Amino acid sequence: MVENDISHKNSLRRKFRLGEFFAEYVIKGVAFSSFAIIILIFVFVFKETLPIFSPQEQTATKTEFLQSESYGDEPATESSSEMNNYSSFTDDKKDVADWKNLGGKEWQPVGESPKYGLISLIIGSLKVTLIAIFIGAPLAILAAIYSALFAGKRIKEVIKPVIELLASFPSVVVGFFALVTLATFFQNIFGWTFRLNSFVGGVAMALAVIPIVYTVTEDAIAAIPKYMMEASLALGANKWQTALFVILPAATPGIFAALLLGFGRAFGETMIVLMATGNAPLSTLNPFEPVRTLSATIGAEMAEVVVGDTHYTVLFLIGSLLFVVTFMINAIAEFYVRAKLMKRFRGE
Amino acid sequence: MNNKLLGKSIIAFSFISVVLIISALIFMLLEIYLGGRSYLTWEFLTQPPREGMTEGGIFPAIVGTVLLVIIMSIACIPVGTITAIYLNEYANKNSIFTKMIRFAVNTLSGVPSIVFGLFGLGFFIQFIGAGMDKIFTPAGELNWGQPNILWASLTMAFLTIPIVIVSVEESLKTVPDDLRAGSLALGATKWQTIWKVVLPNSISGILTGTILAIGRGAGEVAPILFTGAAYFLPHLPTKLTDQFMNLGYHIYVMTTQSTDVEATRGIQYATAFVLLVCTFSLSFIAVIVRYRFRKKIIT
Repeated sequence: MVENDISHKNSLRRKFRLGEFFAEYVIKGVAFSSFAIIILIFVFVFKETLPIFSPQEQTATKTEFLQSESYGDEPATESSSEMNNYSSFTDDKKDVADWKNLGGKEWQPVGESPKYGLISLIIGSLKVTLIAIFIGAPLAILAAIYSALFAGKRIKEVIKPVIELLASFPSVVVGFFALVTLATFFQNIFGWTFRLNSFVGGVAMALAVIPIVYTVTEDAIAAIPKYMMEASLALGANKWQTALFVILPAATPGIFAALLLGFGRAFGETMIVLMATGNAPLSTLNPFEPVRTLSATIGAEMAEVVVGDTHYTVLFLIGSLLFVVTFMINAIAEFYVRAKLMKRFRGE
Repeated sequence: MNNKLLGKSIIAFSFISVVLIISALIFMLLEIYLGGRSYLTWEFLTQPPREGMTEGGIFPAIVGTVLLVIIMSIACIPVGTITAIYLNEYANKNSIFTKMIRFAVNTLSGVPSIVFGLFGLGFFIQFIGAGMDKIFTPAGELNWGQPNILWASLTMAFLTIPIVIVSVEESLKTVPDDLRAGSLALGATKWQTIWKVVLPNSISGILTGTILAIGRGAGEVAPILFTGAAYFLPHLPTKLTDQFMNLGYHIYVMTTQSTDVEATRGIQYATAFVLLVCTFSLSFIAVIVRYRFRKKIIT
């Protein structure tokens, strides 16, 4: 009797199975890999920038080599006062990316005393990104409003996949289109001196931003509880009043997230700007002049640098900058929206 | 009155936006098709470039792209699928571990593609490749520590893992819990349930994820700029340490770095069209697979 009881209890207890145990831990291990990848990206992109943060040892090796090479025509280039200033400060270390050099406006990575001024590149990136957002975001948001609120069911089923098809345009094709067609088209209309400029790049980038902003906005509108819309309609508001005064305010956090994600996408996008913006590192605010962006600089120059030298390090620094900026933008988009949306739908 | 006008204009503007976006899309398609139409022949698809890239076809670029996405899929489909299985079947939603993985997946999908390129260069080529050379290759020679198709594919795989995860997880979520409960009630273990019941029902999600990942991998250029793509190669890649030609990269170099850009315009258009047809048909198939699957679940 007693024996029987024990065996009964045992059969009820969950059996330990090696296969199950193994499967669970292998799956867990593989799942961990995406976290590991993020860490690896973080480590390996930042690792290459380390020489900038500890310039001592690097200058020791660079100085001798560069001095012997650059004595000959050194004085000739010291005509401008800016140059003078610069070289008196960094007398014997020419190819150094210290904070002073990085904070400069000129990007001239090849030559006697390379200048790694990131300011012009940052201005370039911001210019193209903002143009893309200003052109793409209103279009995308309005289109999302139309397809979510005004369009009939049939039309909606066509519009949505077609606009999302835009996302499957490879960026190199968009860049090609901008370079060949869009640039010529705009130049014929406006008669610009520079065929490729930040405006052309921005318009092309808008094409890449639109599907993201559209999809996220559409999702945000679709996530609004049905009863809000029904209540508004029941109170006698018509369709557009409901859209404007009920749905839109409720979807604002989602739209804000859409803008942020679009910004992040445009800021990091490479091929479009590499092909369509002219790639001249000018730091003007004029949108019709060529620019060079952070991402395009990496794309254009990485293939030609010597591994481990200062230029290489600075390009990795730019990469880290892109990584950090997009990382923060995505994090803000996610946390802000989650917090806001939760609050709103709880009715606070 | 004023309000009515406002309402009408909102609807009008939103409609115009839709029309603008769709016409931009159609215009882009037409322009690229018309520009490359006269070059689109069977020879163009099956011949290597000739006469210093000004004539001939894009066969090596097509082969390179296909090889790239095959190696990429071998790496990213299993990892992505298993991660999705973990997140949906095993994970405790509130544990820190799960939150970490979710955060990593979200972050990974937002990392700019050029940063993946840098990472591929720093990690695969400079670290793993150079490390392998130290062990396997005689001193002074470079075998693994330089750009090649393996490193490019793996870099691309890292980029596409989030796409697979999202797509597979979506389809795992649509498998009704009744099926799982039924299987467990019949005495199957958890893994048996996943393997025999859940996965067969979400095969379309894995398929969709694969197709979307391939579409993305075929179209991206930034990650392979300095991890393995080559301007021109006389031979097709035969081993993992070879460099390769790639459709997207081909478009890029032909339009910006070739010796006579204007003379090869037609080839550039035609290459862009071929790439577009590939990515479009892939995403079209993905939409159909998803649609048919949704129907099956409902009935």
